[in-house]
Amino acid sequence: MLYEAVRLALQAILRNAFRSFLTVLGIVIGVAAVIAMVTVGQGSTEQVQADVSTLGTNLLMIRPGQPSQGPGSGAGGTAASLTLKDVEAVEEQIPSVAVATPSNSRSMTTIFGNVNTTTTVTGTDNRFLIARDWALASGRSFYESELRTGSSACILGNTVREKLFGNGDPLGASIRLKQISCRVIGTLAVKGASSFGTDQDDIVLIPIRAFMRRISGNQDISMIYASIREGVSTDKGKADIESLMRERRRIGPFEDDDFNVFDMKQISSMLTGITSVLTGLLSAVAAVSLLVGGIGIMNIMLVSVTERTREIGIRLAVGATERQVLLQFLVEATVLSLIGGLIGIVLGLSLGLLGARMLSVPFSPSASLVLAAFVFSALVGIVFGYFPARRAARMDPIEALRHQ
Amino acid sequence: MTKTATAATEPSDDRPLIRLRRITKVYGTGDAEVRALRGIDMDIRGGEFVAIMGPSGSGKSTAMNILGFLDKPTDGTYLFGGAEVDHLGRDQLALLRRNFLGFVFQGYNLLARTSALDNVELPLIYQGMAAAKRRQLAREALAKVGLKGREDHDPSQLSGGQQQRVAIARAIVTNPDVILADEPTGNLDTARSREIMDLLTNLNRKDGITILMVTHEPDMADYADRLIHFVDGRIETDTSSTREPADAL
Repeated sequence: MLYEAVRLALQAILRNAFRSFLTVLGIVIGVAAVIAMVTVGQGSTEQVQADVSTLGTNLLMIRPGQPSQGPGSGAGGTAASLTLKDVEAVEEQIPSVAVATPSNSRSMTTIFGNVNTTTTVTGTDNRFLIARDWALASGRSFYESELRTGSSACILGNTVREKLFGNGDPLGASIRLKQISCRVIGTLAVKGASSFGTDQDDIVLIPIRAFMRRISGNQDISMIYASIREGVSTDKGKADIESLMRERRRIGPFEDDDFNVFDMKQISSMLTGITSVLTGLLSAVAAVSLLVGGIGIMNIMLVSVTERTREIGIRLAVGATERQVLLQFLVEATVLSLIGGLIGIVLGLSLGLLGARMLSVPFSPSASLVLAAFVFSALVGIVFGYFPARRAARMDPIEALRHQ
Repeated sequence: MTKTATAATEPSDDRPLIRLRRITKVYGTGDAEVRALRGIDMDIRGGEFVAIMGPSGSGKSTAMNILGFLDKPTDGTYLFGGAEVDHLGRDQLALLRRNFLGFVFQGYNLLARTSALDNVELPLIYQGMAAAKRRQLAREALAKVGLKGREDHDPSQLSGGQQQRVAIARAIVTNPDVILADEPTGNLDTARSREIMDLLTNLNRKDGITILMVTHEPDMADYADRLIHFVDGRIETDTSSTREPADAL
């Protein structure tokens, strides 16, 4: 009987294919939105977690500015900048810090021959490679003399190397960073994409003094990476750095910090937090969409029941019971809603795949989510199909047969 | 139920298939009250072919609805096969329709955009019969009404006479005791009407199916063995023709 009901339902739905499609659009959009967002959100979370492990969990970042600001925000308005002296002090005066390295970055156009690409130019020193646990693929790191004088030597990230040189050998070549000419001394090993699509390999390293003199034009340091010794907790390292920085920046005991120390766990949990807020918000939107979709189904089922009054009369006359008619229309609403749900699942996964590609995060569809969407769309059909189905089942066969 | 002395000698003839006693039907209340049936007594034996005539508003349609388990009497007793059915609920009446009756309507009442075969199968679906068996019975029923080869036609592809044949096939596919035909030839020309009446007569004579038929046309009523005439919610005349009903032979 159920099989028959499903077959009849499909017949009825296909008879009005276009109307059926419009009816389930609400369900399609609701389900697709949830699936796409949760899939992308899930991928982002995974990416963040992966990043934390590639960056190393023992890495701390020090930036000037109010603690409320995240790592993505710029240097705090009035807070004093960091200096090279700060970098030295952090490394030399804090036993729990293994290495500390400055990192000033700016987005710039790099040119080699007739090829150009926009990349991140980072001024730093050799300890950057230690702190970020980053190996050289070829060539060498900076000489002490290059670092001291700020000469124009550069190390290319893999993405920049590929874009400018393809398969050619970049070592010894001269590239241009805007107006500065710069000799390539080494290339970095592949690091991979970072959270929300930042390509970590899209980078050119130059000596920090070269960056100060020829790019930023001042002595400010916008960020210090400090890597904590093996066996020391990051909390301890963080506390040490904070007390040293407060001392160096002469912050009174009752004043707030005008700098920030982040560890990767913090960043990771913050990004995960943003993702879950977004997911929650979209789920709410999707719930409303599913509600509206359900009402749409109820509306069309009521129209359908009225249109098919005579058919219902015939079915009752040949001996259909109330329950059989109820089942038929309930199944029809449920099948309709499930079709919407299935289209939504396919659409949502496609959008999720597209979104994951665009943000270069992993595509991680969740089987339980797909199952939940399926069950939920069936529920919408049953709940919103019940009232029209009951109306059909309770028709008076004589009245129904008389209906034109 | 107590057996009478005559029942011992002629058990099947004495107990009619259908027995109505003092059946009344009242629609509405107060000033709007309409007394459609004012006390009907009727006995119909298995195998009879009964024509019901009467002016519109005479109560013949109401009587047919009650006889066909589509409506319940306001008062009175309805015995079907000896069992009292006037107090049964909606679903029990549906089961009676499904198992014992077949309907033929003036307007055919086939499902649109549904093949002849699917239309004929419909009552069997509600009986819960397996698909293969259903198909087979539906094909046989269609063949019986002369529509072999038209199984896949939609009602819109069939003429009026053919559509009515599909409806008759649908009525007989469950092997019913009674066919209720409500002006079955009302929408057909004379030649087509005669074909349909021949078909019904055949079902009555050969298969012993009891037929109750409402009609306006005396020509069609002539096919029946018995003519019941309704006027003002009462039976005015009830006359049997000389020919004996089928199963009495």
